Amino acid sequence: MAITMTKGQAGLTGNSAIAYAMKQINPDVCPAYPITPSTAVIEEFASYVADGAVTTELITVESEHSAMSACIGAAAAGARVMTATSSQGLALMWEMLYIASGMRLPIILTDVNRALSAPINIHCDHSDSMGARDSGWIQLYSETVQEAYDNLIQAVRIAEDETVQLPVMVCLDGFITSHAIENITLLSDEEVQGFVGEYNAKTTLLDIDHPVTMGAMSLPENYIDFKFQQSEAIARSKDTVLKVAEDFEKRFGRKYGLFEGYRLEDAEIAIVILNSAAGTTKVAVDELRKKGLKAGLLRPRLFRPFPFKELAEALKDKKAIAVLDRADSMNGFGGPVFNELRSALYDVPKRPKVVSRIYGLGGRDYKVKDAIAVFEELKTIAETGMVDTLQKYITI
Amino acid sequence: MATLKELSKQNELLTGGHRLCSGCGIPPIVRLVLRAAGGPGGATTATGCLEVGTTIYPYTAWRIPWIHSAFENAAATISGIETAYRALKKKGKLPGGDRDIKFIAFGGDGGTYDIGLQALSGALERGHNFLYLCYDNGAYMNTGIQRSSATPFFSNTTTSPAGEAIPGKQEWRKDLTRIVAAHKIPYAAQASPHNWADLSRKAEKALRIQGPTFMNVMSPCPLGWYTKPEDSIKWAKLSVDTCYWPLYEIEDGILKITYKPKEKKPLEEWLKPQGRFKHLLKPENRNLLDKFQARVDLEWQRLLDLDGKRI
Repeated sequence: MAITMTKGQAGLTGNSAIAYAMKQINPDVCPAYPITPSTAVIEEFASYVADGAVTTELITVESEHSAMSACIGAAAAGARVMTATSSQGLALMWEMLYIASGMRLPIILTDVNRALSAPINIHCDHSDSMGARDSGWIQLYSETVQEAYDNLIQAVRIAEDETVQLPVMVCLDGFITSHAIENITLLSDEEVQGFVGEYNAKTTLLDIDHPVTMGAMSLPENYIDFKFQQSEAIARSKDTVLKVAEDFEKRFGRKYGLFEGYRLEDAEIAIVILNSAAGTTKVAVDELRKKGLKAGLLRPRLFRPFPFKELAEALKDKKAIAVLDRADSMNGFGGPVFNELRSALYDVPKRPKVVSRIYGLGGRDYKVKDAIAVFEELKTIAETGMVDTLQKYITI
Repeated sequence: MATLKELSKQNELLTGGHRLCSGCGIPPIVRLVLRAAGGPGGATTATGCLEVGTTIYPYTAWRIPWIHSAFENAAATISGIETAYRALKKKGKLPGGDRDIKFIAFGGDGGTYDIGLQALSGALERGHNFLYLCYDNGAYMNTGIQRSSATPFFSNTTTSPAGEAIPGKQEWRKDLTRIVAAHKIPYAAQASPHNWADLSRKAEKALRIQGPTFMNVMSPCPLGWYTKPEDSIKWAKLSVDTCYWPLYEIEDGILKITYKPKEKKPLEEWLKPQGRFKHLLKPENRNLLDKFQARVDLEWQRLLDLDGKRI
């Protein structure tokens, strides 16, 4: 895959940008299994391997379960390991996701978000990564191709930080981001290598002079203690996410935080939304601002760990908030981001009204008019202080 | 091949003090295989007796690098380890320098014949350099003797109980060794711990040969077979002498029977002492016993027909 760059810029799809970032990171091992819409990541990376552009060993496994199993074996052996998947592939990995995080292995996975069956559907929603939200993986969400590229490079540093030692999942929207071409700024190979640094695992199965036993059985005497340490590690990884973003900004000028606020500071009503649909929502915010409505947006970038304090701080003065989820918890009480955000706001002195709106499942379009309709509802809620419908599906 | 005396002087790589049952076939099998490696090795184990019995935290019986991750993925896990080894070797990043390391995946029959078959097939096809060793005790013994596809004909297990209407497991066992051989890997063999010399020679060969190799080893289980711990090796021997568990190898496609009993013993002699076949000895079940014997005879004849031939 030849990438044509003009002044450091190139027109790339999300998948190509991810594959290119992987080429620049040059991991030791990449176990992978193809699945729509992330297939092109692996295809393009395979061509980098075939052309000798990387020194990575590619393992074309026979399933995603084996992909994550091989990631675990390779990471336990001290290799820097990356893979990519979507939807059913992530679902099939589910068992192994918990083992990767429980064993504190800094594996990097790109999840190109796609709906889960049934009915079978290849298009975007966040059911796959939301299904893995309690698996102990750090989750970074990406609005654009640029952010997906930048997130993947930062993910390596976050995962391998010695205070973290956890796997990281970088999420971007299937087709919308993975297949759309965007003009993005690429780093040079040297810049990427300089940023991620060389990985030297502290404990490895290949150190035969110091044999280690990994994955031992743990009974009630100590299981909870391992989980406690893991819980502490993912909670403090938030600081590492910020530290790595700071260094990234210092070196390359692009700024990232735990979330993005768009015209949020003085907003009275706000939509909270992940990934590409934030772009659509920003257009709606601009249109409504022209009409004098104090609308704003908050787009979480870090969803795991959930930065509940920072999000509550950013939203505590709003009158009404709609959390738009591209996944349903099937709990009869709204989407996953809604549930957590509403809980995060419980302790603020003057709780805003918070409603759940589920949109875009299985790739259903989410348009500017849909965002505007939600803002109109929020306006009424803000004015009356009354919530008519706490949760509902939109775009249907 | 090393003599018994030489083998006895080597360090134990799986220490005593583990929690596997008295009379379990697994520890002697693992110790013989690790000794046959004759050099540094790393291993993974599928969830099961061997994993549970050797590593309850904070203890470990393993003196080699070892990992367990899940049940169905020993072959995929070892694929990752072996690939990381090649990747880091290429970059000159192996701890302690450039050394040859042997990789072994251990799994029971449940973890290999059943839930781990896909991962095993994938790893064999991809040609990783490792030995997969299946210890076949004929059921999911770790979780309380449930039927697997390796369970013998008519065996009484907790999920194929010998009941009033159905007399135990109704299906013939899966011929995993031949399924593995169909992947055209360089080496596959069946062995039994009663014949340490045959087992050691096969393990040595399997670990010397480049590419994926496979061993399927009979592993007596006093718990699931309802036998006395002190008799395990005797019943392992009888499984071979009755030709229920033939010892053979397939090297570069040539099948060779490595042991032919001088006198083929009646199957009943092997079944009789095992509680799992108790119901077969009732007079009304004579036809089942005959059916079992006929099938063993047929399979043995099939093997004899292939002896020395390219398959």
